[in-house]
Amino acid sequence: MKNIWILLTKYNDVFLFILFFGISLFLVITQNDFQRTTSLNSSNSVIGKIYQQASQVTNYLQLTDANKALLEENNKLRQELDQYLLADTSTLQLVRDTAGEVRYSYLPARVINNSIRQKNNYITLSRGANDGIRKGMGVISPQGIVGIVLNVSDHFSTVQSLLHSDTRISAELVESQAFGSLVWGDEYDSRRAVLRDIPNHVEVKKGEKIVTSGYSLFPPGIQVGEVVGTSDGGGESFLDITVALSTEFHKLQYVYVVIDHFNTEKQLLEAEGSMDD
Amino acid sequence: MIKVLLHNILRFMVLVGMQVFLFKNMGYYNLITPYPYILFLLLLPIGISNPTLYIIAFLTGLTVDAFHDTLGVHAAACVTLAWMRIIFLRITLEAENHDALTTPRLGMVSFRWFLPYILLTTLFHHLTLYLLATFTFRQFHYTLFSTIFSCIFTVLIILLFSLLTYRRRTRK
Repeated sequence: MKNIWILLTKYNDVFLFILFFGISLFLVITQNDFQRTTSLNSSNSVIGKIYQQASQVTNYLQLTDANKALLEENNKLRQELDQYLLADTSTLQLVRDTAGEVRYSYLPARVINNSIRQKNNYITLSRGANDGIRKGMGVISPQGIVGIVLNVSDHFSTVQSLLHSDTRISAELVESQAFGSLVWGDEYDSRRAVLRDIPNHVEVKKGEKIVTSGYSLFPPGIQVGEVVGTSDGGGESFLDITVALSTEFHKLQYVYVVIDHFNTEKQLLEAEGSMDD
Repeated sequence: MIKVLLHNILRFMVLVGMQVFLFKNMGYYNLITPYPYILFLLLLPIGISNPTLYIIAFLTGLTVDAFHDTLGVHAAACVTLAWMRIIFLRITLEAENHDALTTPRLGMVSFRWFLPYILLTTLFHHLTLYLLATFTFRQFHYTLFSTIFSCIFTVLIILLFSLLTYRRRTRK
């Protein structure tokens, strides 16, 4: 016993190293489960507050860009509105959406922390559970999709950015309507992503638009980006399509959180279907 | 004693603050990022006991992790750095000759000792960091590239900090 004690004190640096390194490694490996249960991430209220203070300064510097983006979006919405206002309704019958309810609503939020240089990137928003944000909601910007809500505290929420190795979003090609899953890919470039699982026979044109398919959290038809090039994936029957993203992640300032009112209902129904199999 | 404590707390806040708000966003795409906050761990008093050093390193790592949303990665890297620091100090210094509260900063120690000290510890810190962040040996050349160039970047910034806060040794 005494000898063990002497050994432990003599080489205490090694043993302490193993102990602490073990704890850290444990945290890393169980990271995904832990991030849900612990509050040690940037949706934590203390760290959220600190980031919010810092973003007020940087926000001020980017006001011009933010104004310009808002103007552009306003302009686009105004044009869409004109199409409805100027449509000759006298010959058309008014058709009501029989679902009767609005499926999606949008909640604007300010980005208070953002990263694009890590291998797994996260975004912190200045809104949280008190404003109605829940885990798993989609996040979009005026230019395109941004990510998925990962953690929520009362006043803040963290978003798993599209620039994250675990993010998968269902997207489709506009012309052929073939759908696949959009992942960030191995290039670690904040302007590029990869659309996987598109069957080989689909004709893909350069510059073709890619939008969300509506099968996942996002409403259908939200802009994602356009095709830059294609290559055969690892397998033989699927294509890997390189996508130029329309969202400018390095300039992200204001985003919309997508609230899907029928999401629970849809998931319950789909779960029922898979149980029958 | 109190002065040393205050100095270290101040150093912690300044370095971690700069890391989180400034250096995190700096770098060449996502390949090279400097992490000069480790200077705080390197400048802890020479006579600090091993358990205390490990605990401080672990907590510093966790703090930085919380801001980077990478739970455990920086903590593991900082713990590795602490071990390297202990080994390096044991090999190069004879403990009796040094005041336990001495800060191993430039001006107190010679440049010829300081440079290998930060080079070695930074290298091990960054290697652990990038290996855990990618969590694979598959793209090892990529990891190695990031490690080496980030290491150079970090060391340059640490040297810059050291020169900016350079003071000649005040006592014998």
